[in-house]
This record gives sequence, C-alpha cells and structure tokens, in this order.
Amino acid sequence: MSDHILETNDLTKDFKGFTAVSAVNLKIERGHIHALIGPNGAGKTTVFNLLTKFLTPTKGTIHFNGTDITGEKPADIALRGVIRSFQISAVFPNLTPRENVRLALQRKLGVSYHFWKSDKILQQLDGQAMELLESVGLAEYADQITGELAYGRKRALEIATTLALDPELMLLDEPTQGMGVEDVDKITALVKKVSANRTILMVEHNLKVVATLADRITVLQRGAILTEGPYAEVSQNPQVLEAYMGSAHD
Amino acid sequence: MNKTVWIVLIILGLLAPFIVYPIFMMKLLCFALFACAFNLLLGYTGLLSFGHAAFFGGASYITGHLVKVSGLTPELGVLGGTLFAALLGYVVGSLAIRRQGIYFAMVTLALAQIVYFVALKAPFTGGEDGLQGIPRGNLFGLIDLNQTFTVGTSPLPLNLYYFVFIMFCLGFWMIHRAINSPFGQVLKAIRENEPRAVSLGYNVDRFKLMAFVISAALSGMAGSLKSLVFQLASLTDVSWHSSGEVVLMTLLGGVGTVLGPLAGAFTVVTLQSELSSVGSWITVIIGVTFVVCVLLFRRGFVGELGRLLKKSL
Repeated sequence: MSDHILETNDLTKDFKGFTAVSAVNLKIERGHIHALIGPNGAGKTTVFNLLTKFLTPTKGTIHFNGTDITGEKPADIALRGVIRSFQISAVFPNLTPRENVRLALQRKLGVSYHFWKSDKILQQLDGQAMELLESVGLAEYADQITGELAYGRKRALEIATTLALDPELMLLDEPTQGMGVEDVDKITALVKKVSANRTILMVEHNLKVVATLADRITVLQRGAILTEGPYAEVSQNPQVLEAYMGSAHD
Repeated sequence: MNKTVWIVLIILGLLAPFIVYPIFMMKLLCFALFACAFNLLLGYTGLLSFGHAAFFGGASYITGHLVKVSGLTPELGVLGGTLFAALLGYVVGSLAIRRQGIYFAMVTLALAQIVYFVALKAPFTGGEDGLQGIPRGNLFGLIDLNQTFTVGTSPLPLNLYYFVFIMFCLGFWMIHRAINSPFGQVLKAIRENEPRAVSLGYNVDRFKLMAFVISAALSGMAGSLKSLVFQLASLTDVSWHSSGEVVLMTLLGGVGTVLGPLAGAFTVVTLQSELSSVGSWITVIIGVTFVVCVLLFRRGFVGELGRLLKKSL
C-alpha cells in the first residue's frame, strides 16, 4: 500500500498548442504539507485546476486514495473530500461569515434541494459554524457582511469554510497572496494549525511561508517539474535559484 | 421581513377591489406574480432569462384551451397551465443552463421565439386573434367566478378577485419560501460565486435547473390567471415584448429584493394604464422613466429604500 493520497501520472494540459502543464508526476504523501512553487506562469494554478477538474487534462491520470478520478466532475471531487480554495478570495460577499460557513456545513444535512423548508432548520448548524469561525478568529464578525471584511479576514473565512467540509486533502491556492506582513503570519499559523490530521497541497509565492510550513516542495518551471524535495535541499539547488532569480546568484 | 408589513399588505390586497377597479387590480397581481417568479431567477440565482414570456403566455393558451374547449373547471385550467409551464421550463432550462451570461439569455430568447411561432401558427391557438371568450366557469364546479356583487353603484367580480388574490398569495409565498430555504441559500451562493459553490460540492447545474423550473411554473401560473381575468389568451403575452417587460419591472423595483418586483410591476402596469390615452408616446415615457430610474436608483425603488433603512426588503 502506498501512503500517497494523491498521485498524478503524466498530467498534461495543452491550450491550443501551448503546453501549460507538461507530464507532471506528483506524489503527495498523506499528512504532509506539500508546496507547489515556481515563477509566474509556471503552471501552478493550472495544475490546481486540473486536480479539481475545473480544467480537463489533455493527457494523464489523477488518482486520489488509489481511485482514478480523472473522469469526474468538480462537484464529485469535492464530495470525495478534495476541497480547494482560490487565488482571489472565494467567499460569498453578500452573505454573512456565518452563512458562508453554514453553506459548507448544510450539504451533509441533505436538505439542500428542499425549497419548501424554512432556512430556520439551518440554525442547528450555528454552533458548529461559530466554532469554526472561532478557530480562525472571526467569531466577532459572524454577522457582518462578508464583502466589508478586511482582505486577510476573507482569506481566513475561506479557510474556515473549507474546513467545514472536513476535507481529507485541502488545496490552497496562494493563501497569503496580497496580504500585509501581520496577516501572512496569522494565516501561516492557521494553515499549520489546520494541517493536523489532513493533507495540504498549497501553491505559494512567499518562500518564507513555504520554508516554515512545507514538508516537501515541488518546483515547477514552464509547466514541468524542475525538482522536488524538502526545503533545505530545494533551496540550495542551483537550477531553482536560477529560475527564481535569473543568473544573479553567481 | 416585519410581520406588520405583511399584515398591512394583505389587508390592502383584501380591500383593494372596493377602492381600485377590480380588473385592473387583478392585472396588477398577475404581472406582480410574473415579476416575482422572474426575480427568483435573476435576483437570487443570477440568471437572466429573456424568454419568460413563453411560460407566461404559453400557460395562458393552455389554460384557455382546457377551460374553453375541454370544459375543465378554472382551478384545473390554472393547474394545467402551470404544469405545462413547468415542463416547458424544464426543456428550455436544460438547454439554456449549459451556457452563461449573455449566451444564456440568447438561448432562452431563441427558444421563446419558437413558442411564439407555435402560438402564431398552431391550429388550436387562434393565430392572430388568440383564444377569445374564455369562460371563467365555476371554481371547483361550485363558485361562479362571473358572479358580481353590487357595492354602492358598481358591480364587483369579487369571487374572481379573491380567487386571483389567493392564488397570488400562494405563489408569492412559495417564492418567498424558496428564497428563504436551504435551497435558496445555495442559489445565493451560486449567484455570488459559482466556482466556489462547485468547489463546496454543489451540483450547480441541478440547482439552476430547479430554480428555472420553479420560476417558469409560477410565471405560468400568473399567465393562466391572466387568461381567466381577461378571458383572452393572445400573442402579446407570448411575444418577446413581455419578456422584456418583466425584466424592466424587476429592475425598476429592485432585483434581488422580495418586494421590488411587486413595486416594479405596479409601477409599469399603472403607467401603461394611466397613460394609455397618449397613444404610442407611452413607450417613450416608460423608456425615459426607466432610464431615469436606473441612473438615479441603481438598486431599484425598493433596493434603494432598503439601503436607506438598512434592511433587506
């Protein structure tokens, strides 16, 4: 038995002749925080979109827990316990944070198609929703309009919503992008905290965050894997240094 | 929303036929229901349909035919029209939700034009003349909907009015319930951020289709009632003008608000009837009103009012 929660085999995506992702073989070990890094345009977000089936791969397969999920729809993948976040904050801006989290929780009640029932039955989820909001430090904002929250708080809310689904594998697309230093530290701590008992695959630009969090790192360049390994090893790799800083490291 | 507001509105609705010309009031209610049903789709799911006349007008033909030719009682006629609209909504919706934005609107428009063409050419619709002289009949075979009660000097068709009013309340309540249900929460999520709703594991296509069918069915109910009130099913109701009008009503009143479509429908229908003496200038006046309203109150009357009061109306 392999302890790889997610495996891709020759994953490839062509956009009309331009190969955005080329023969990527990823192996994500269960329980790890695995970081996907690389310069702009290296294909990190495309890999994410392929893994969650927001894009269909041109070639290659994706296995989750040993099952081939290459042919499944995005919603099915989510039902399997692979939940993603987005590069720009993915919240429901005109709802309150409480409602945001409840939307993730209500699915398991099995009443989501019940248009004849009052939404009062969702109040039974309030306790759980508040607990989740508490865990990301948003309890006091539970009933404000989400769109009016500060950016860092929206990202925190997004993590709380993702956690509400109790995912086996969380895919975080640049969780600290566009944040001030304080927020970055908060989110880093938060990701660390929620990584207990689950696997996280994250795309991240901030190398300090990666250094702090990641157990293993895959470096992408021009759609292909440049190298893979723990931070200490990867950060010393001359190819990686060149990809990131040009040849200035002489 | 506040209970007292609802009670006041219901009392106003009950008293309305003694104050306003009842046929006019019923027309208002039919269009208000139509706009509310449309708003479920535009305001709460974020889908702009440009073919809702097919459901409104199509159902009026079916009801007219069932009552006039098959001799069914009016409540069965309305039920038949509503079911037809739901079925048609299922077909149109299944095709249209494969596309988004303007393409979605265009698919609905194209399919609605097919319905218009059928209404124009099919043998049972009466072509250019429409179905005329649709009998109102006896509700459940018992209550004569033609019966009038003389209050003061004028005879009032109170049976018909209260039938329409009750059906309106029922439809309105259903929409209100759907918006404030677990289902409605998911619809709002889809409107706000569709990819995120997908990534939470919701099959958004199914939700959109269900919303489309509910909206189509209730639009159909509005059309069915209208055909009983005016004893007429005509091409006007199935033409794309009607599809445009309901968009106008919803935007004027305030998209995504509970009372907005009601206010919008009342405004447009009242303007049309009050200004009918000025002839074809009416479209210019309504057009200017629309432009001014959109520029001044981008959220519609009710939307702006709600913002002032910091309440969702």
